[in-house]
Amino acid sequence: MRTAPTEGKGVKPIVLAPTGFSASLRRIGALIKRYVYLLRSSGVRLLELIYWPFLQMLTWGFLQKYLSETTSPLAQAAGVLIGSVLLWDILFRSKIGFSTAFIEEMWARNLGNLLISPLRASELVAALSIWSIIRLSVGMVPVAFAAYLIFGFNLLDLGLALVAFFAVLVLTSWSLGLISAGVILRYGLGAEELAWSLAFLLLPIACVYYPVSVLPDWLQPVALALPPTHVFEGMRAILLEHRFEPAQLWWALGLNAVYLIIGYVTFSRFLASARVNGTLLRLGE
Amino acid sequence: MDERVKKASREESGARERDPAGDASPAKVRDLTKIYGSVTAVDRISFTLSQGTTVALLGGNGAGKTTTIAMLLGLVVPSAGEVRVFGADVSRNRGAIAHRMNFQSPYIDLPARLTVRQNLTVYAGLYGIANAAERIAYIAEDLQIAPLLERLTGKLSAGQKTRVGLAKALLNAPELLLLDEPTASLDPDTADWIRQKLKDYAETRGATLLLASHNMAEVERLADRVILLHQGRIVEDETPAALIATYGRKTLEQVFLDIVRGRAKHAVSPERKAS
Repeated sequence: MRTAPTEGKGVKPIVLAPTGFSASLRRIGALIKRYVYLLRSSGVRLLELIYWPFLQMLTWGFLQKYLSETTSPLAQAAGVLIGSVLLWDILFRSKIGFSTAFIEEMWARNLGNLLISPLRASELVAALSIWSIIRLSVGMVPVAFAAYLIFGFNLLDLGLALVAFFAVLVLTSWSLGLISAGVILRYGLGAEELAWSLAFLLLPIACVYYPVSVLPDWLQPVALALPPTHVFEGMRAILLEHRFEPAQLWWALGLNAVYLIIGYVTFSRFLASARVNGTLLRLGE
Repeated sequence: MDERVKKASREESGARERDPAGDASPAKVRDLTKIYGSVTAVDRISFTLSQGTTVALLGGNGAGKTTTIAMLLGLVVPSAGEVRVFGADVSRNRGAIAHRMNFQSPYIDLPARLTVRQNLTVYAGLYGIANAAERIAYIAEDLQIAPLLERLTGKLSAGQKTRVGLAKALLNAPELLLLDEPTASLDPDTADWIRQKLKDYAETRGATLLLASHNMAEVERLADRVILLHQGRIVEDETPAALIATYGRKTLEQVFLDIVRGRAKHAVSPERKAS
């Protein structure tokens, strides 16, 4: 057992946790605990996690129901719109979870404390990423269950593909979260709007509610370069044509690897730049 | 340069990296410079903090105190020069020494929506303290914040927040404690209490303290040594008593005013400081 001296005079020594990888996990855990405490402190925050996805699911669910009663054969396909909404919400809420936790540190003027502690930048990113999944689950599980109860749409009907879709969307959300966190680190809370709006940039191009073929020819390669596009195409293939396309997933995972590297490099560069420019001294102002 | 000198220099440098304890002053700053655009915030300052001493960084607004502390903490990267803390280069190897130091400032906060105990628990985890509950109980007792532990940090008064901030800063019993205006905006009674706690901590722990302050009474009471900054440069580096005697003044405040109003007797060259 390693110990560190304290103030003496009978004050017990500090027992130090193991070093190395387990110390790293401990720091990540400590930061996640901070976010859990925060969420637990406010029932409103907890409710908000469910509120918006639930409203959105209701809106699109009723629209789906209305369309299914019309003559459009495509719209009659079960659950396409609700499926799109739920999967889009996985991407959007995960991104918001990542970014909100990061911005929260700036609002609280706590980032300085974190950055002088033994916490490493990679551990901060890991904690934000894990937290985004926890936060997402808290919001999405009840809403997915409500979609089943109200509209008979079972997200689990997507089968194992759902796990893969989930992974792809979450990985994309981390890339977006890293980029927006980096920009905010460098330019301060003035760039906060980016954290909220960056995901929406994908909404029209990632073909959430319509197939890629709807886009003009010149825009289609751009759409196919985005991992979520392959998820939504894959989902439609399962629900409309009852076929699973693994190639779509491999493309999405490959692209995600590239975007994650770009996101982490962007975050690291902007953090380094903030240290050079002295921005970290003025965070939260 | 003579090849032997180069070789000796390489060997010395290598030995220092292998064995940081070989040059393990709590802090050693050499020719430290920070330039923001056209503004030189810190201009080739050099000083060493010896173990167990309390050193005050004094200077007017914009003199470079906070930037200097930020460079010691690794929050700001120097434009030139070197910062070593316990022998480690802060810019490259902050992780190796972060658990041995800590910082308190009224300009950074702990999360307002967490209780005091939750905040301290989180930071105990970040600093790798396995017996967190025991340590928090001791610190809370010592700093008289035990009744505040279950209260939201954001609901505390300025004095209470300062004590809680200090609790976070002392949680890991740091060997090097950096303080930026530790008693700013506190009433005289609370400020006096905080000063006494800092003094006690430095003595019992044998810790090194570096504090930036505008409060001359505070500096006279706490500091063994004063480094006076003016326009980013060190203009004095003496004990408070020696400074007062040198300037023929009665208080440190009068000395400070002499210097910031351009009545300094002399500016101490970086070379002299380095020696």
